Formats: sequence, C-alpha cells, structure tokens
Amino acid sequence: MELKIKYFGQIAEVTQQEEESLEFSGVLISELIEQLYEKYTPLKNKDFQIAQNQELVTLETQVSGNEIALLPPFAGG
Amino acid sequence: MKDKKIKNVFRQGAISSEFIGDSIAKHQAKTSIGAHNIFLGQVRADVIDDKTVSAIEYTAYEDMANAKFHEIREAAFEKFELTCMHIYHSLGTVKAGEICLFVFVSSPRRKVVFKALEFIVEAIKADVPVFGKEVFEDESHQWKVNN
Repeated sequence: MELKIKYFGQIAEVTQQEEESLEFSGVLISELIEQLYEKYTPLKNKDFQIAQNQELVTLETQVSGNEIALLPPFAGG
Repeated sequence: MKDKKIKNVFRQGAISSEFIGDSIAKHQAKTSIGAHNIFLGQVRADVIDDKTVSAIEYTAYEDMANAKFHEIREAAFEKFELTCMHIYHSLGTVKAGEICLFVFVSSPRRKVVFKALEFIVEAIKADVPVFGKEVFEDESHQWKVNN
C-alpha cells in the first residue's frame, strides 16, 4: 500500500523533506520503521514517537492508516 | 459553555500584549464570571555553551495538534467548572522575551481557575505535537525538548 509519511523538526532535518509517499508491503509499524532506518540511517540515533492517522501508536501496531507521522520530542509552550 | 467545533489554536508569530488585553476586555460582558486566570509562556534567552537563544521557531503537526488542544479543552470542561477557556499558540518565529503561549480560563469562582490552568498547561506541554527550534544569536540552532 502507499503511505504518506510526514516528518517534523529534527526528524525532517534528517530526511531533508517534510513529507513523502512510500510503498509499504509489511504489516507492523516496526517494519515500516525498519524500512525508514534503511533509507535514513541517522534516524536510528533520533528520539521520536509515531502517529498513525493523528493518533500515537506503538511499534507493535498494525499499519492501517494512510498517514504516518514521525514526531520528535514535543516542545510546546 | 462547551464548544464541539475544533478551533485553530495557532497564530503566526508572537502573541501581542494588545491581543491579550483585548481578550480580557471581551469578557467584561460575561458577568457570571468572578475569576480569570492567565498563563503566558515567554521565550527564554537561555545561554547554552556561551551561546544565547535569540528566538524559537515553532512548527507543529497542525491537524493533530488542534485535535489534541480540543481534547484538552473537553477534558478541562469535564473536570472543572469553567465558564470559558481560550488557548493560543504561536507558529513561526518568536523572539526571546515575546509570548508564544496564551491560556485563559474563566469561572464564577477563583479556586477552580488555579487548578484548571495548571492542568491545561501541563497537558499542552506533554501531549501536543509542537516542535521548537532554538535559534542562537550566531544562527546555529538546537531543538527544544519539554521536560
């Protein structure tokens, strides 16, 4: 399936873009993250949470939505 | 007064003292209110390794952030007897000394507004996907992390 991946803050600095479409054939979020680690090695050293369709998910969550976001530590306020 | 519609909390740039003053003035018509409480987040000129923060550039996952702000609003109205509440957060560049977060709660009585404001501000810090790039005077930067 085709996923829209969004990157923010210091994660977007690593990926050099804020959004991309990605073809994904796996099942779990963890597999997607592995795929992203292969593409962007420095991501392995970054701290981030993952949102699927704007809800936080874990690595064990199944990929079901079409919008996945990698969120670095929050800094509001 | 519950409001089901998701509002856009974000404002471009710093939140001015005029905007804050106008918000207070608008509440004079709501005479059931006996107590307001206001939180203003201000950009601090932190000194890190001899370099001084001159501004923070805010970005956000805006759709998710506005949904989270809405959840926090709903939770606050559920938990506390509030007449109204308003939240505004900056996007883009906010210089040191300028205001980046404005939270305004109102209630018939005072005790509730102290508790409500703390609840709301702490939830914003912990749960809302807003990101801050701390820009130093020499234009290098680091990323702010809430703790």
